[in-house]
Amino acid sequence: MSTESFFVQAFVYLAAAVVAVPLAKRFGLGSVLGYLIAGVAIGPFGLGLVGEEGQDVMHFAEFGVVMMLFVIGLELEPALLWRLRKSILGLGGLQVAITTALATGAGMAFGLPWQAALAVGMTLALSSTAIVLQTLAEKGLLKTTGGQGAFSVLLFQDIAVIPMLALMPLLATGHGPAVDDSHGAAAETLLTGAPGWVRALVVLGAVAGIIVGGRYLLRPVFRILGMVRMREIFTAAALLLVIGIALLMGEVGLSPALGTFLAGVVLANSEYRHELESDIEPFKGLLLGLFFIAVGASIDFALIQARPGLIVSLTLGIVALKFGVLAGLARGFRMGADQALLFAFALPQVGEFAFVLFSFAGQEGVLEPAITSPLVAAVALSMALTPLLLVLNERVFQPQFGTKRADDREADEIEEVNRIIIAGFGSFGSTLGRLLKANRVGATVLDVDSERVELLRKLGLKVYYGDATRYDLLKTAGADHAQILIIALDAPDKTLSLVHTARKHFPNVTILARAFDWSDAHDLQEAGVDAVYRQAVDASLRMGTDALRRVGFRAFQAERASQKFLRHDEESVRELTATRGQGRSEYLTVARQRIQDLECLLLADLEEAELDRDAGWDPETLRAEFGGGSLEDR
Amino acid sequence: MARVLVLFAHPALEKSRVHQRLVARVPDHPDVTFHDLYERYPRLDIDVRGEQALLDAHDTVVLQFPFYWYSTPPMLKQWQDLVLEHGWAYGSTGTALRGKTMLCALSAGGPREAYQEGGYNRLTVRALLAPLERTAILCGMHYLPPWIVYGTHGLSLDVMEERGREYGALLEALVGGELPVADGRGLDDLNDVVRAHVGGGVA
Repeated sequence: MSTESFFVQAFVYLAAAVVAVPLAKRFGLGSVLGYLIAGVAIGPFGLGLVGEEGQDVMHFAEFGVVMMLFVIGLELEPALLWRLRKSILGLGGLQVAITTALATGAGMAFGLPWQAALAVGMTLALSSTAIVLQTLAEKGLLKTTGGQGAFSVLLFQDIAVIPMLALMPLLATGHGPAVDDSHGAAAETLLTGAPGWVRALVVLGAVAGIIVGGRYLLRPVFRILGMVRMREIFTAAALLLVIGIALLMGEVGLSPALGTFLAGVVLANSEYRHELESDIEPFKGLLLGLFFIAVGASIDFALIQARPGLIVSLTLGIVALKFGVLAGLARGFRMGADQALLFAFALPQVGEFAFVLFSFAGQEGVLEPAITSPLVAAVALSMALTPLLLVLNERVFQPQFGTKRADDREADEIEEVNRIIIAGFGSFGSTLGRLLKANRVGATVLDVDSERVELLRKLGLKVYYGDATRYDLLKTAGADHAQILIIALDAPDKTLSLVHTARKHFPNVTILARAFDWSDAHDLQEAGVDAVYRQAVDASLRMGTDALRRVGFRAFQAERASQKFLRHDEESVRELTATRGQGRSEYLTVARQRIQDLECLLLADLEEAELDRDAGWDPETLRAEFGGGSLEDR
Repeated sequence: MARVLVLFAHPALEKSRVHQRLVARVPDHPDVTFHDLYERYPRLDIDVRGEQALLDAHDTVVLQFPFYWYSTPPMLKQWQDLVLEHGWAYGSTGTALRGKTMLCALSAGGPREAYQEGGYNRLTVRALLAPLERTAILCGMHYLPPWIVYGTHGLSLDVMEERGREYGALLEALVGGELPVADGRGLDDLNDVVRAHVGGGVA
C-alpha cells in the first residue's frame, strides 16, 4: 500500500467513524452499531470507498481484540478470576459443548458430512468478545450477574479456540491441506511438525514465562523506563509487551488474546496497572472501532441479495439456537429472569474467530466455499444484530421485569411510604443511604445491580431493580408522592436523563443530584436540579483541611478556611451556570476569570492579614482604637 | 492534691497574643490535663461520653477562654449543653460533678475599671458570668471567682508574659491546694489573690 493510499484509507475510515458513532450514540444505539453502520456505508455495497482490502483491515484490526483482553486482564485481579472459575468452566464449557452439539446436528440434518458439520458447529458456538464486551461496558452492565456470566463464557471460548484449531486438520475429508497460509496467526506455527509432548511443553513454558516474567521481570523494567521520564517510551513499552506476547502466543499456537489477557491479569496487582491501561486504551479503542467498521464493510450484500431467504433464515436460525441454549443455561445457573435475558441477548451472535476458523477450515479442505460464504455472511449479520438485540432487550423486555418484580413485592407487603427515593446504590448512594437508615429515615432504593438489590431486600430495604431513568419505574417507586429524589448514579449522562424525566413528570419532587465535575454540575443545574453535590468536593476539602493541620494550622482555623473555600467554590459554580446561557466563549472567559479571582484571593490571603474575614475574633481596628501605643510591642 | 482539667476554648489561638502566652505556661504536670476544645472538635462535634470521662478523672475544672460579647465562645456553650446531661451532671441522679471545683480563666478587652458597677460596662465580669456560676452550683460544684487578664487591647508583651507566669502559678496552686481560696469566695476576681500568692509583680 502506498503512503498516499494509506492516508486516503485512514481518512475514509476515520471520517466514517467520526460521523457514524456520534449519530448512533445520539439515538441510543451504542458505538458498536455506529461503527458497523459506518462500515456498511463505506463498504463495497455502500459508497464503495473501500473494497476487498476490508478483509485485510479486519485481520489487522483484530489486534484490537487482543489489546482489549489485555486491558480487561489488567482490571481483573487473579482473586476475582478464581472466584469466576465455576462460571467460566461450567457456564462456558456447557455453552460451547451444547451449542456445538446442536449446531453439528443441524448441519448433519441439512446433509453435511459429520466432519464438516462439526467444523461448522464448533465455529458457531463462539461469540464475539469484541462486540459483547464493548457494548456491555458502554452500558455499564459488565459488573452485573448477566454481564459477568457473559464475560466468563467469552473467556472460555477464547481458550476453546485453541483445541478447535488443532482439531480442524483432523476433520479434513480428502483434499490435501492448502499450502497458502496468509492468515498465519492462527494456522501454521513454529511447532507444526513437532511431536505432541514437545508442543505441550512449549505451550506450558510460554504460559509460565508470561506469569513469571510478568511478576518478576516486568516491574523492574517498567521502573527503569519510568525513570527515563518520557511518556512515549512507556507507551512504546506497553505496546511492545502486548505485541510481543501476541507474537509469542502465535508462535506456540495459542490465542494471542488469551496470552495478553493472562499478562494483563498478572500485572493487575502491579503499580503500573493504571499507566499501562491508559497507554493501551486509545490504541485498543481505535483498533476495535476499525475492526467493527471492517466487519460492517465485509458484509456481502451481493450474496444476501442473491439468496436473501437462505441468509436471513440462516442468521435467525443460528441466533435463535444460541439464544435458546444461553437462556436455558442461565436459568440452570440460577440467574434471575432479567439477568438471564441480558446474558442470552448478549451472546447469540457468532464471533470474529469464525472468520479465522472458516478460512482455516477452507484451507484444510474441511469446508467448501459454497458452504462458508453464506455462513460468513450470516456471521457478520449476526454480529450486526447484537447491538440491536441488546437495545431491544433494554427497551422492551427489561422494563417489564423491573416493574413486574416491584409489583409482586408490593402485593405481599404493607406499603410503607418513603419520602426519599435514592437512585443508585453504589459506594456513593450506599453511604448516604446508610446515614439515612441509621437515623431511621426510610428510603426507597432503585438500582441496576441485581445482586445488590437481592442483598438489600434481604436486609429489609425497599428496593426496586431497574434503570432509574425509566418513568414507569419511578412512578412505581412512588415518585408522585416522594419529597426528595436523590440521584447517586455512576454515570453523568444517566443522571442528566433522570433529571429530565423527573422534572417533566414529577415537578413537585426536590432533586438532589450527585455531580462529577464542574461542567457536569452546570448541566444538572440548568436541567433544574435543586441542589448539586460534586462528588469529590467534600472528600477533597476534608483532605485539604487535614493537610493544613499537618503543616501547623489550628484545626478550627483549617476548618473555617475550608468552609469559606467551599462557599466561594459553590458561588463560582452558580455564577458560571448563570452566564453559561450567553454562549460558550463567555463561559470560558468567566471560567478563566474565576481562576484569576481564586488566584488573587489565595495570594491575598497569604499576604494580608486584614483580608482574613474572621476578624471578629481578633480585630486589629479595635486594638488600634483602644490599645493606645502598645501595638508597637508586637 | 487535686487533678486539674483545663478546658481551653479559643477559636483563633493563632491570633491571640495573650492566650498563646497563657497556654505556654500551663504546667507540664501529671495532674494537669490541657484539653484544647477547638482543636479537638473543629466541627463542634463534641464527644459527650469522652468529655464526661475527662470530668470524672479530674477534681478541678478550669474554663480558659477569651471574653467575647460578655460571654464565652460558642464552643463552651455547646460543651455545656451537650456534656452536662440531666441525670449525669444534675437532677436527682446527676451527681457526677458534685464536690468538684470550677474556675474561669479569661481575657477581656476592657480594663478592670470598666468592669465595675459604676464603670463603662456597668457590671463586673463575675456578674456577667452568672450563667456559668449558676451552672456550676446547679451541678453541686464549688465556684471560684474568675481569674481575668484585663485590657488585652493595650497590654505590652512584658505584661502578657507576666500574666502567663501568674496563670502557671495559679494552676500549680490549684493542683497543690495552696491557694487561700476560702478567703476569696466573695471577690469579683481572683487576680489579687493570685498576685499575692506569686509574690508581687506588675500590676
